[in-house]
Amino acid sequence: MFSLEGKTALVTGASGGIGAAVARALHERGAAVVLSGTREEALRALAAALGERAFICAANLSDAGEADALVGRAEAVAGAPLDILVNNAGLTRDNLAIRMKDAEWSQVLTVDLESPFRLCRAALKGMLRRRAGRIVNIASIVGTTGNPGQANYCAAKAGMTGMSKALAQEVGSRGITVNVVAPGFVETPMTDALPDVQREKLLGAIPLGRMGRPEDIAAAVVYLASDEAGWVTGSTVHVNGGMAMN
Amino acid sequence: MSEIADKVKKIVVEHLGVDESKVTPDASFIDDLGADSLDTVELVMAFEEAFSVEIPEDAAEKITTVKDAIDYIEKQKAA
Repeated sequence: MFSLEGKTALVTGASGGIGAAVARALHERGAAVVLSGTREEALRALAAALGERAFICAANLSDAGEADALVGRAEAVAGAPLDILVNNAGLTRDNLAIRMKDAEWSQVLTVDLESPFRLCRAALKGMLRRRAGRIVNIASIVGTTGNPGQANYCAAKAGMTGMSKALAQEVGSRGITVNVVAPGFVETPMTDALPDVQREKLLGAIPLGRMGRPEDIAAAVVYLASDEAGWVTGSTVHVNGGMAMN
Repeated sequence: MSEIADKVKKIVVEHLGVDESKVTPDASFIDDLGADSLDTVELVMAFEEAFSVEIPEDAAEKITTVKDAIDYIEKQKAA
């Protein structure tokens, strides 16, 4: 079960913790993976660690033209049409709404919501033609629960969920699925830096008693990318240790 | 009938699974041939591929009948 042998996947934000784990997991199941991100050195290191079937396509997704072109570039470097698209790239510009600058709002909406739309639009063309495809969008628990200081990020991630449901309905009849994975608090350099008191409080809110690992998120992506998940679409898989239950 | 018209008709028959006799010049993809909006997008993609032409979004939206498609492609090919 869950073999991705012979499939080609594009993972955006692959230089980050979750993105890298997703790329590793897809690769481990047999997929060829195209790694995209802004930090080319990190991408190169990951590609080297993966070995065969790993390609690099650096891109700055705050640029509309680069976002539009990425799927085509990925297919060119991999030499194969895209079977799996994982929209994982995202950034935060936290601020209380009342202090939030226009640029902080628009940067987050552009990279976290508009660029995934651009990538979906580009990828769907080929997927429609082939009557198959898997899109997995990485949202966040805060798109459901909200989070103070993240009005922009929460809006983008909630928007991503709505967008995914609409796309799922548009292309379902063609054998293409569009789903969302919504991670909770995952161990990253950012959460490592939290003061102990805050960390304790956070852990207290997680029934499973630990922070998430990037691999916890990657496992859900592998499932949704697989042939076995062929009857799941427009769905959001919450991977958050039980912190918010839907 | 021109070669282009023939080929368009064949693509429509194949893609929509309709009887050839129904694919008249005035037949509307959606109203007469049972296409949904996604079918029309896919038809345009199929035309692009079959005739090696690029049909931009604003032109694609105006292609609603068999004749629209034939006329557009003949014009592109003549240019």
